[in-house]
Amino acid sequence: MATTTIAGQTYDVNEEGFLTDPQVWTEELGTELAKLIGIEMTDAHWKAIRFLREDHGVMGETPTLRRVSTQAGIPVKELFALFPKKPAKKMAYVAGLPKPKGCV
Amino acid sequence: MNTSTATTSTSLLILGGGTAGTMIANKVRKQLPDWSVTVVDKTDIHDYQPGYLFIPFGMNEPKQVRKTKRPFFADGVNLVMGEVDIVDPESQKVTLEDGRILAYDYLVIATGTTPRPDQTEGMLGPEWHKTVTEFYTYDGAVSTRAALDKFTGGRLVVHVTEMPIKCPVAPLEFSFLADDYFTKRGIRDQVEIVYVTPLDGAFTKPVASRELGHKLEEKKIVLEPDFMIESVDQEAKVLRSYDEREIAYDLLVTVPLNMGADFVAKSGLGDELNYVPVDKHTFQSTQYDTIFALGDASNIPTSKAGSVAHFSVDVFMENLQQLAAGQEMTHSFDGHANCFVESGGGKALLLDFNYDTEPLTGTFPLPKVGPMSLLKESRANHLGKLAFRHIYWNALLPGRPLGLKADMTMAGKNTE
Ligand SMILES: Cc1cc2nc3c(=O)[nH]c(=O)nc-3n(C[C@H](O)[C@H](O)[C@H](O)COP(=O)(O)OP(=O)(O)OC[C@H]3O[C@@H](n4cnc5c(N)ncnc54)[C@H](O)[C@@H]3O)c2cc1C
Repeated sequence: MATTTIAGQTYDVNEEGFLTDPQVWTEELGTELAKLIGIEMTDAHWKAIRFLREDHGVMGETPTLRRVSTQAGIPVKELFALFPKKPAKKMAYVAGLPKPKGCV
Repeated sequence: MNTSTATTSTSLLILGGGTAGTMIANKVRKQLPDWSVTVVDKTDIHDYQPGYLFIPFGMNEPKQVRKTKRPFFADGVNLVMGEVDIVDPESQKVTLEDGRILAYDYLVIATGTTPRPDQTEGMLGPEWHKTVTEFYTYDGAVSTRAALDKFTGGRLVVHVTEMPIKCPVAPLEFSFLADDYFTKRGIRDQVEIVYVTPLDGAFTKPVASRELGHKLEEKKIVLEPDFMIESVDQEAKVLRSYDEREIAYDLLVTVPLNMGADFVAKSGLGDELNYVPVDKHTFQSTQYDTIFALGDASNIPTSKAGSVAHFSVDVFMENLQQLAAGQEMTHSFDGHANCFVESGGGKALLLDFNYDTEPLTGTFPLPKVGPMSLLKESRANHLGKLAFRHIYWNALLPGRPLGLKADMTMAGKNTE
């Protein structure tokens, strides 16, 4: 398994750089992960990320873009503005969660 | 059956008499003859949906895929024609649109999933079922046939709105068959085929995505991945994405957003796409012990496909027998799916996978012998796919055993 060092701490990550253990995540770490993909966290970003963390806690899975949009009340368009190009993947990365399962 | 001590018979109410609902009703009649079985459906038409794929290319005639529902139900199954309005899980009652009320001891939700073009801005404009069309409904498949007949050149865009969709390989198959169809008409070099998907590749699972991706390249079909559609502009003839990309089309064949029935949401039983959250091994609702959801209506993380419905029903029936006998349910579904993928030229591929194992190459159902090959084109696979229509009407729906195991097997699979 690969590891990465963020702010002096070492974390286990998968081949795409996603944290492998959601438990080690903190909001400070989220801020650092966001920086690594060129995102400066604002309240609007946090609203989405906090929803991801909460929902993952309850459902055991990373919510899809549609779920974040409908359940957290953030329009998809806005999620694209906050996390450009690949919002579902980027939000999961910042939230320290696995990529939402590409549905089968 | 004399294990039951109840004086009145247990009532099972099945919402939806499609692939899953019909199989369950017939099996319950046979295996639990003391139970009363009622099926509710809003229409007496039963379509063989996999046949929709072949209609646009003249490989199936519309009348071959359509039958009346009633004759498929065993004697003793009560069939109620009506549209479900709402379920009240607390009082265990279902209300139909016309006000009729049906009570149940156990409820099976098998109302499937439906394409919803109304959910994407601009999709249902004046060009709907003309230059913007689909093949996920009977009318759509027939319209697409007319649109293809008229098409003499230009850009054909085959598009998936959002996952999950039922039969997730169908739009790829459509692209392969379109390549074939235009080649046969001698105009393939005047047609550009573009495959537009919200996924990051041709398909979801890595090995299958790679193999199917190669197929697209081989057939000179252009792949446009990561495209999350925001709207269709029927006047300008373009698709627009949330990240402001535009894709022009002359003919758009789309798979609209697929959603479960609206009553599921209204009854507080659904997720954001109206699918019923269930235990993925037993199909029991995560909220109510008396409710199950089978077929496309549930949220289990495997393909929404008739083959999955079939394997699920086998496991479900074993559990239902235990439930009826007052025992714990011990049978567990592994997510087994088995999908033929038409690849054109009279050939097809076969995917076989479950919750834990992605589709791999190899042979099916027997190691080395097959006769079907996994993830590799063959004529036998294509014939298997075509033959399935007869098996569906004559064996699957009546609930006769097909001799395929519900659990996936690793025998014959190459693990790379
Ligand atoms: C183009 C296409 C190709 C496909 N190809 C394949 C394939 O090759 N292999 C494969 O395995 N699968 C394939 N499928 C998928 C397969 O058809 C479905 O997965 C299967 O039919 C699901 O069965 P079901 O019982 O869950 O739903 P359905 O068979 O769709 O039945 C749902 C039933 O519920 C009824 N209903 C819905 N809402 C209400 C309501 N409110 N009140 C009353 N009744 C209601 C409907 O009328 C319908 O009869 C394909 C599907 C399509 C569209």
